[in-house]
Amino acid sequence: MNESAFLLGQVFNGFSVASLFILAALGLALSFGLMRVINMAHGEMLMLGGYLAYMTLQVVPGPFGILAALPVAFLGAALLGAVLELTVIHRLSARPLDTLLATWGVSLVLQQAARNLFGAIGVEVTAPTWMDHTVSVNSGFLAGMDLPDTRIFILLIAALVLGALAALLNKTRLGLYVRAVNQDRATAAAMGVNARLIDLLVFSLGTGVAGMAGVILALLGPVTPTVGQSYIVPAFLVVILGGLGSLVGTTIASIIVGLFTALIEIFVDVSVAQVLLLVFVILFIQIRPQGIITVRTRALEG
Amino acid sequence: MKPAPKHVLGGALMLLGVAAPLLINPYELSLLGRFLALCILAMGIMLTWGEAGILSLGQGVFFGLGAYALAMHLKLAGLNLANGDMPDFMVWSGVSALPAFWYPFKNGCFALACVVLVPGGFAAGFSWLVFRRRVGGVYFALITQALALAFSTLLISQQSYTGGFNGLTNFTTLFGQDITTNSAARVIYWVTFILVVLVYFFLRWLLATRYGVMLRATRDGENRVRFLGHDAVPYKVLAFAIAGALAGIGGALFTLHSGVISPAAVGVVPSIEMVVWVAVGGRNILWGAIAGTLLVNFAKDQISSALPSLWLYALGALFILSVSFLPAGIAGLFHAGREENVVRRILRRRKLSTAE
Amino acid sequence: MAMKKFGFAAALLAGTILAGHTAAWADGTVKVGVLQSLSGTMAISEVPLEDAELLAIDQLNAKGGVLGKKIVPIVEDGASDPSTFAQKATKLIEEDKVVTVFGGWTSASRKAMLPVFQKFDNLLWYPVQFEGNECSPNIMYSGAQPNQQALPALAWAESKGYKKYFLLGSDYVYPRTANLILKKHIAHDGMTLSGEEYVPLGGTDFSSVIAEIQQAKPDIIINTLNGDSNVSFFKQMAAAGLTPDKLPVMSFSIAEPEAKAMGPSLLAGSYTSWNYFQSLPGAANAAFVSAYKAKYGAGSVVDDPMVHGYEDVMIWADAVKKAGSFNPTKVRDAAVTLGFVESPLGKVKFADNQSMVQTAYIGKLQPDGQFKIIWSSPGPITPQPYDPLTFPGKSCTIPH
Repeated sequence: MNESAFLLGQVFNGFSVASLFILAALGLALSFGLMRVINMAHGEMLMLGGYLAYMTLQVVPGPFGILAALPVAFLGAALLGAVLELTVIHRLSARPLDTLLATWGVSLVLQQAARNLFGAIGVEVTAPTWMDHTVSVNSGFLAGMDLPDTRIFILLIAALVLGALAALLNKTRLGLYVRAVNQDRATAAAMGVNARLIDLLVFSLGTGVAGMAGVILALLGPVTPTVGQSYIVPAFLVVILGGLGSLVGTTIASIIVGLFTALIEIFVDVSVAQVLLLVFVILFIQIRPQGIITVRTRALEG
Repeated sequence: MKPAPKHVLGGALMLLGVAAPLLINPYELSLLGRFLALCILAMGIMLTWGEAGILSLGQGVFFGLGAYALAMHLKLAGLNLANGDMPDFMVWSGVSALPAFWYPFKNGCFALACVVLVPGGFAAGFSWLVFRRRVGGVYFALITQALALAFSTLLISQQSYTGGFNGLTNFTTLFGQDITTNSAARVIYWVTFILVVLVYFFLRWLLATRYGVMLRATRDGENRVRFLGHDAVPYKVLAFAIAGALAGIGGALFTLHSGVISPAAVGVVPSIEMVVWVAVGGRNILWGAIAGTLLVNFAKDQISSALPSLWLYALGALFILSVSFLPAGIAGLFHAGREENVVRRILRRRKLSTAE
Repeated sequence: MAMKKFGFAAALLAGTILAGHTAAWADGTVKVGVLQSLSGTMAISEVPLEDAELLAIDQLNAKGGVLGKKIVPIVEDGASDPSTFAQKATKLIEEDKVVTVFGGWTSASRKAMLPVFQKFDNLLWYPVQFEGNECSPNIMYSGAQPNQQALPALAWAESKGYKKYFLLGSDYVYPRTANLILKKHIAHDGMTLSGEEYVPLGGTDFSSVIAEIQQAKPDIIINTLNGDSNVSFFKQMAAAGLTPDKLPVMSFSIAEPEAKAMGPSLLAGSYTSWNYFQSLPGAANAAFVSAYKAKYGAGSVVDDPMVHGYEDVMIWADAVKKAGSFNPTKVRDAAVTLGFVESPLGKVKFADNQSMVQTAYIGKLQPDGQFKIIWSSPGPITPQPYDPLTFPGKSCTIPH
C-alpha cells in the first residue's frame, strides 16, 4: 500500500468514525438546542439499540435481520426516550445541571438493568455475510486501498438519517414548529405552537436516532451494558463544538472530530490522541465560544 | 449566656472526632479517616457547585493531582537517588534513569506544596480559559468530564512515568517516620480531622465575606453582575481554584489512608460520584457536604459487598431522587428557611424562558 | 468415616433448625477471605472466579472441611478499584481474622493489596496470568508468569515459521510489560517486529490500527487486548476482510467465556495460549467441569483463571493438612514442598518462588466455542518471575 492510499484510507476512516458520532450526537444536539438539557443517559439509548438489534436478530435471522433491526431500535429507543422525557427531564428542565445529574442516575439504573437482564458479558451480534466484503482499489495511485462494505453501509445510513432529518426540519410543518420553538419559545408558544409537545417529539426523535446508532455500533463493536459510555464523551465534545441545535453544526463538528482523531493517530498513540482532542476543543472555544453554528448566543445564558 | 443547641452539638461532634481513635478499632478508624479526607474535597464541590453554580464533573482530576504529588514523594522517600535507584515500576517499564520531573519530589516540602499548588493552579488556568470566553453551565460540566477521561487515560498510558493502571502503592515512610503502624494511622487521622475542621471554618468565613456575596450573585445572575460593572470571571476562577486545591489536599490524605492511588480513583465515574455525595448531603450547606460524603461512603461500604447489584440501583436512584425532590439535600431538611428558598427558586424558574 | 457421616447428618439437622449454626463441627470453623470485584468493570471476569473459589470451598466442606474445621468463606467486593481491594483486604484480616485470602484479578488490585498482606504477614492466593516482576513471600502466584504463557506462544509461532510479528494491546501494565519481554525475544531470535500499537482500555475504534496492520503486513498478530476491545477488534478486522484464517491472531486474554459471548463464528480459527482449556483431557478436569456445571448451570463454561482460583483453594487445604496449622507462614512453607498434585490443569506444584509450575497449551478456537489443543509444552514449565533476557541479574528467592 502506498503512502497516498494510506492517507486517504485514514480520511475515509475519519469519515466513517464521524458518521457514528453524527448518529450518536444528533439527538443530544437537537434536544439541547430546544430545552438546554443534556441527557447523560443518551449513551444507554445506543446500548438499548444494540440489545434490540440482538433481539430482532433472534426473531428475524438471516441476511436482512439487521435492516429490520433499524426501525425496531428506532421505535424502542424513542419510546424509552418519551418515558424519560415525561418522567424526569420535563420536571427538571428549568434546572439543566440537575437534569444532567438525574439522567446520569437513569443511566446507572439502565446499565444495571441490562446487566441483570442480559448478563454482564454482553451478547453476540454479527454483521450479515453480505457485508463481509471490501471494495478494493487495485491500480492507480490509490492501489491497495480497502474500503470495507460495513463502513460504507454506515456512511450511507448516516447520510440517509441526516437527509431525512433535514427534510423534516426544513420542509414540514412540524419542522417549522421545531425551528420556531428553538428560536423563541415564548413567542412560538404565544402563536399557538404546543412547545411542550414539540419538546417531547424532538427528544424522542433524538433518542430514536441514537437507538439506530446502537444497531450500527453493534456491527463494529460489542453489545454490552456499558457500551454507551465509550461513545458518550466524544458525542458531548461534538455538541460543544457544533453549537446549539443545528444539524449542520453537529455534522461539521462530527467530521472535524472524526478526521482529527483519524489523522492524529498516524503520529501518536490512541491514548494521546484523546488528550489532544480535548486540548483542541478547549483551544477551539477560545476562538469560537458559541460553536460552529449557532442560532442563539451562548454568552448571555443564565 | 446559654449556648445555642447547635453549638452544643457542634462541640460534641468535635470531641467525638478528636476521641475517635480511642473509641473505634483501627480498621474503622482507617475507613473514617479516608472518608473524612473525601469530605475536604466535597466541601470544595459545595463551594463551586452550590455557591458559584459551577458544576464540575472532573474533580477527580484535581484529587488525582494532589494524590499523585504526594505519592511520588512517598515512592522516592526510601530510595537513594544518588545511587541511581528508581521506583520499581520504572524498571519494569524499561526506563533507564529517573525522569527529571520526578527529582524535586524527593523533597517532602516541595511535594506538600505541590499537593496544594498543582491542582489549585491547574484548576485556575483551566477554568480561566473556559470562563473567559463566557462558556459555563452545562458546557463546563461536559468539558470537565472530558478532562477526567483524558486525565485518567493519560495516567494509564504514560506507564513509565506514572505507574500506569497499577498506580502508585507500597509506601513506607514520610518525613522519616514509618507510616504503616497503627500509631502513625492515628496521627494521620488527627491531621485529617483537623484539616476538615480548618477547611470548614475557612469556607464559612469566606462565604460570609463580600466575596461570598459576589459569588452567589454570579451564580444567580451572571449577566446582571456584569451589567453592574463587575467582571465575574475572577470570582469564578478563584472559587474553582480553591475547590481544586481542596480536592488535591483530599487526594493526598486519601492516599495516606488507603496506601494506594491509581487511575481508577480519578476517572469519569469516581468524579461524578463525588457530586452525588454533595447532592445527597446538601449543596448549599457546608455541613451537608460532610454529612453526605460520610453517609454515602459508609452506605457503599456496607451495601456493595452484600448486594453489589442493589448498590448500583441505589446509587442511580439516589441521584434521581435527591436532585429531583430534595435539591437542598438532607441538610436542607434541617434548614427550613433555606429549603423554602431553594424550592421557591426552583418553582419560580419552572417555566422555560428565553429571556435568560 | 462414621464421624464424618454423623457430622454431615448433624449439619443437616442443625442447618434446618438453627440455620447455619456451627455446633455440628466438632472443632469449630475457620474463616477464609474471598475478595473479587463483584461490581464495576471487572465483575464480568471476577464473579465466575469467585464462583469457582466457592465451589472448591463447598467441596472441601462436603468432605469434612480442613483439620476438622468447617471453612467459612467471607466474601467481599473489591469493586474493580485498587484502593477498595486494599481496604477490604485489611477488613478481612483485621476484623474477620481470616487465615488466608483468595482473590484479585488485575495487577493493580494485587499491587494495592501487597502492602496489606506484608503488614499483617498473611497470605494471598492470586490466580491470574500476569506480567511477573514481583516476588513476595505473602503471595502465592498461581497464574502464568510470562515464561509460561507469552513466551511459549512465541516459541510455537516461531516453530510454525512466522517471521513478522505485530504486537497489539490495551494500554495498561500487562500488555506493555509482556510486549517489552516479547520484543527482546523477537529480536534475540532473529525475527522481525513489524509494528506495536496500544489502544486505551475499553477502546472501540480500530480503523487506524487496522490500516497500520494492512500496511505492515505481519505474519501474525500477538493480541493482548482486554475485554470488550477484542469484540471491536475482531469485528472490524472481519469487516476489513482480515479474518483469523487469512491473518492469524494469537491472543492472551480470550478464554472460553469471552469466546462464547463474542460469538465463536467471529473468532473461529484464532489462537490462544493458556495453562488450561476446558477441553483438556483427564479425570480431574472432567470432574471439575461437571461439578461446576452442576452448581452453576449446564450452559456455563470455565476458563484458566477460574481453574487456578479453584486449585488455589485445594492446594491451600493440602498445605494446611501438611503443616497441621492454619498459620500463613507454615502454610506457605508447606505449599512449596507438596510436590506435584493432580489437578484439572494436569500435574502442578508450587515452586520455591511461590509461583506455579505448570504446562502451557496453545488452543485453536472451534466454531462451537471450545478450543482444540494443538500444541503443549514438553512438560510443566518452571516459573520465572523475572525474564532473564529482559531483566538480567534479577531473581526471586523466598526463604522457606
